[in-house]
Amino acid sequence: MAELASPAPSPDPGPGAGRPRRRALGRLRPSGALAGLVPFFVYTTIFLIIPTLVVVVGAFLGPDGRPSLGSLAALGQPGFLKALTQSILLSAATAIGGAVVGALLAYAVSTAPKDGLLKRFVTSVCGVLAQFGGVALAFAFMASFGLGGLLVGWAKVVGLDLGSGIWLYQWDKGLMLVYLYFQIPLMLIVFLPAVEGLRPQWREASETLGGTTWTYWRRVAGPILMPPFVGATLLLFTNAFSAYATAAALVSQGSPLVPLQIASTFSSEVILGQENVGKAMAFSMVVVVAIVMALYTWIDKRASRWMQR
Amino acid sequence: MTTTAASSPGGVTGPGVAVELTELTRVYAGGVRALDGLTLHMAPGEFIALLGPSGCGKTTALRCLAGLEDPDSGSVVVGGRDLTHVPTNKRDMGMVFQAYSLFPHMTARQNVEFGLELRKQDKATRAKRAADMLDLVGLSKQADRFAHQMSGGQQQRVALARALAIEPQVLLLDEPLSALDAKVRTQLRDEIRRIQLEVGTTTLFVTHDQEEALAVADRVGVMNAGRLEQLAAPAELYSAPVSEFVADFVGVTNRVRAEVGDDGAHVWGGVVPLLPGSAGRGAAVLLVRPEAVVIEGGEANATVVSSSFLGGHGKVVTTTDDGDRVVVQVSNAEVTAHAPGDRVRLRPRGDRALAVAP
Ligand SMILES: Nc1ncnc2c1ncn2[C@@H]1O[C@H](COP(=O)(O)OP(=O)(O)O)[C@@H](O)[C@H]1O
Ligand SMILES: [Mg+2]
Repeated sequence: MAELASPAPSPDPGPGAGRPRRRALGRLRPSGALAGLVPFFVYTTIFLIIPTLVVVVGAFLGPDGRPSLGSLAALGQPGFLKALTQSILLSAATAIGGAVVGALLAYAVSTAPKDGLLKRFVTSVCGVLAQFGGVALAFAFMASFGLGGLLVGWAKVVGLDLGSGIWLYQWDKGLMLVYLYFQIPLMLIVFLPAVEGLRPQWREASETLGGTTWTYWRRVAGPILMPPFVGATLLLFTNAFSAYATAAALVSQGSPLVPLQIASTFSSEVILGQENVGKAMAFSMVVVVAIVMALYTWIDKRASRWMQR
Repeated sequence: MTTTAASSPGGVTGPGVAVELTELTRVYAGGVRALDGLTLHMAPGEFIALLGPSGCGKTTALRCLAGLEDPDSGSVVVGGRDLTHVPTNKRDMGMVFQAYSLFPHMTARQNVEFGLELRKQDKATRAKRAADMLDLVGLSKQADRFAHQMSGGQQQRVALARALAIEPQVLLLDEPLSALDAKVRTQLRDEIRRIQLEVGTTTLFVTHDQEEALAVADRVGVMNAGRLEQLAAPAELYSAPVSEFVADFVGVTNRVRAEVGDDGAHVWGGVVPLLPGSAGRGAAVLLVRPEAVVIEGGEANATVVSSSFLGGHGKVVTTTDDGDRVVVQVSNAEVTAHAPGDRVRLRPRGDRALAVAP
């Protein structure tokens, strides 16, 4: 690698590299280039690698801090398995629903004039909504549709019965609806560039060659959009799978989802040493996400056979 | 090329069909009159280049013929059949776009086979036809490459093969070379002409590059503001422009003060015969080509500004005593004979020229 060092002005090789400059340059360059990555490594170490290690190691420790498979074995409890199933179901359902609706919206937005007001407005609103998946959203929903919610009240005034609002607090109906409120905008933002990458010439070429609109979508646009669509759907899955605040705010009874179960093991004052069970649960989430990432990499590799990098 | 596949009713890519665009008008939202009564008739098998400045409506004309754009009025007749309201996918047009039109997720071969599959040809026929087409454009070895694995010129060749594979009634090319660098451009240009002569498909080639248009086409149509200004063979277009616009757009033109009389335009003590459509008696501006002016001995009427070699010939730039800037084409030997500041005498060679109102 060192011989490849180009004659272009080199970045400052760093303190202490001053004197034997000319000869040392070639050797120092690679490390000089890596110097720029130091903040990145520090960041990932503190916020990603260390927590992951803590979780993984903790998962294999017992309540007494000794190596044990007991914490992992605790995952076999029906309560946790149910939560895991529900977490996966909720994430998958809102990922697929959000992806389909978000993709359709992205297509609609892509047909608006480039750099037009509408497009800029929609993308910035979606940027906010996609981040707005926390407690505030849950409260907004409760205030509108919950017990004694504003909309429910208004509806009653005009003689409409929106129900008691209990459904909002159920993990499947309520959370699914609320999650879609950040899944759809996220899909729109993530998927819009792919839709805008479709060139009008492709549709026109397909038409002049005898293709119908259906031909275009089935043979051209569909295959081109499929890899980014699947990738974005998997992203939505992990987004929902790891969401905590919204669920915590909306669900008051029990812990129907894995993140809520983990939280309860940490806050439990009844049984000591439960936190390693919490880590084992977090470890199971890491495993699920790892499987999703592996799936994504596999799909991406297949797609990149023809995609420009 | 072996004439294979009997996909079109006639089977063989024959001598092409006639195309009649009549009085086409197209006004875009916002009030832009992209086409303003365009009439263009193409003979069967003819190669016509549509030439004109950017924004004059060339692309719109081509797209109206392809059915990608609907004219507000006028008609499109191809091979005697009125196609004005026939959708694009029923028109049998082969189209080559400026760039990036290949389906990126398909190989060159799959791109070429696309139209054949839609025509329900069986696998063997398709494969044979695609191989023939890729061979025709010289890309047999790149058949399994994706678009991003090919150069811009190769991509355009595949696009041409794809368009020709369906044995289209008409081949349409919209500035297919403008995204390529100069060397590839001239090479591919000549090749497009060779292939067109071989297959005999009626062809409309849109370009803003006059050299390109003059080099490839049987006839060149010069467009201006949504109308056809002149349609003529390249040599005629150059030597007998019908309007100031055409004279200016095609080739280099000197604008010289002259006096039009009954016998022609009087300039520098000589008389120049006039082209049809010239201005009537009185003061006029004469549009004279650089090679239609000679430098000779005698009473000087101009001063040399500069002289330079251009390769095969040279040019001398002068200013006449009337204040006109005149470029004269000279032989290489003459270039060195004229230094800046030299006084010279200009004389019209006597080629017919267009006189316009001053
Ligand atoms: N889709 C469109 N909407 C509005 N105006 C257009 C559209 N397409 C082209 N125009 C306008 O119509 C005129 C002719 O365009 P075009 O046919 O593309 O010209 P050319 O190909 O000769 O450069 C231009 O002024 C252009 O701005
Ligand atoms: Mg154009």
